[in-house]
Amino acid sequence: MQVPAYVEYEKATSVEHALALLARFGPEARILAGGHSLIPMMKLRLVQPETLIDINGLSELSYITVTGGRLRIGALTRHAQLLDSAAAGEHFAILHDAERVIADPVVRNWGTIGGSLCQADPSEDLSATFAALKATMTIRGPDGVRTVPAREFHTGPYETVVAPGELLTEISIAIRPGGGSAYEKVGRRVGDWPIAAAAVAIWLDGEGGAGGAGGEGGAKITEAGLGLTAVGARHFAAAEAEEFLRGAPATEASLARAGQIAAEHCNPSSDQRGPADYKRHLAGELTTRGLRRALRCARGLTVAGPSAGGRDA
Amino acid sequence: MQITVNVNGADYAREVEPRLLLIHFLRDDLGLTGSHWGCDTSNCGACVVWLDGTPVKSCTVLAAMADGHRVRTVEGLAAAGGLDPVQQGFAECHGLQCGFCTPGMMLTARWLLDHNPDPSAEEIREALSGQICRCTGYENIVRSVLWASKHRGTTDE
Repeated sequence: MQVPAYVEYEKATSVEHALALLARFGPEARILAGGHSLIPMMKLRLVQPETLIDINGLSELSYITVTGGRLRIGALTRHAQLLDSAAAGEHFAILHDAERVIADPVVRNWGTIGGSLCQADPSEDLSATFAALKATMTIRGPDGVRTVPAREFHTGPYETVVAPGELLTEISIAIRPGGGSAYEKVGRRVGDWPIAAAAVAIWLDGEGGAGGAGGEGGAKITEAGLGLTAVGARHFAAAEAEEFLRGAPATEASLARAGQIAAEHCNPSSDQRGPADYKRHLAGELTTRGLRRALRCARGLTVAGPSAGGRDA
Repeated sequence: MQITVNVNGADYAREVEPRLLLIHFLRDDLGLTGSHWGCDTSNCGACVVWLDGTPVKSCTVLAAMADGHRVRTVEGLAAAGGLDPVQQGFAECHGLQCGFCTPGMMLTARWLLDHNPDPSAEEIREALSGQICRCTGYENIVRSVLWASKHRGTTDE
């Protein structure tokens, strides 16, 4: 029987109250959101906080809105809410792609977006997703509010820039026209952590954007965001492949080459989920598959879910 | 700490340790042993209950987190008028063998049918994909939920 060790418990009633509790109980206090990473780790004694500060009552941190040209996601938003959000899916198909393959529907009912990001598991799906989208994290602390680019949020496995005494409150993404996005993941079984996954967002110039001819030739990729999960990519990003795509023609050859570059520059480790060379192969192949779907998405064409063969590629 | 949890419509006030898991609160403190304690790692779904109307895995929720909230367990499925259609479906279609996963399966199925009254077999499989039947009786579980969808009715909290 697994039970957490003895712990004190405080229920926060507002963000200010949560920050005051963090200040009062110090670095041995932990924020309790959905708890779907923290409680299992407490059961295994991998973490043993002195105090839990429960923020589940902070409805002010649970929202998905479009304001000021940005999609804004409150940190306490549940995975299921992001998956259900029409606004999120309309602007960034990748968010629904990724949420559909995170854990299982019941876990998604309670696990939170902010909790997943702050847990900072190297195999966690949203870190690469928000890296691809170049999202901005909003963090509140005793000295006020600060924002951090998604690619500077993680400082290592299970470590982020959120300091003791601080709280991640929002993730926001700039909405720009002509974009398309997708997430491609291969796991050992449904609901598992990925063996590898690729997060892709691209933007086309006017000619190839929504309403464009849709054929090859003509359209140019003006901007690309590429994220990689579980393959040791720096900042969960494939910066070299992004650089290659910027200004490249939106052709199959470009997409294939970008996948190769992404594979060359990641740094996977062999473990129980597979050997490093297999993961490297996946990083490239999934990047290219994601790019194909993101391109169709940017052209305003109907986009099917992740390719059917994805699970056993 | 003192908590009050509304379970199946009745308030229960108890003194608990903050580290107490909701599944153990339900089973050991309240004697509601219909919810099963399975893998302990939020993989199997035997412990699924509703928290404020949403299925959750109660081995990964603290009882303290349910303080002031509503919980629905398998004991709260049947109404005065008789079994919930989901329960009836499991009986009609042989949806259980050993029965260990059944309470969790039925609670998620009830939630699915409340939100999608006429699901396809595929949608039922997706909804139940976080729950494991160690007897591997999935075909009949899906049939049971389909049966319930054809025999409408709900026993909302």
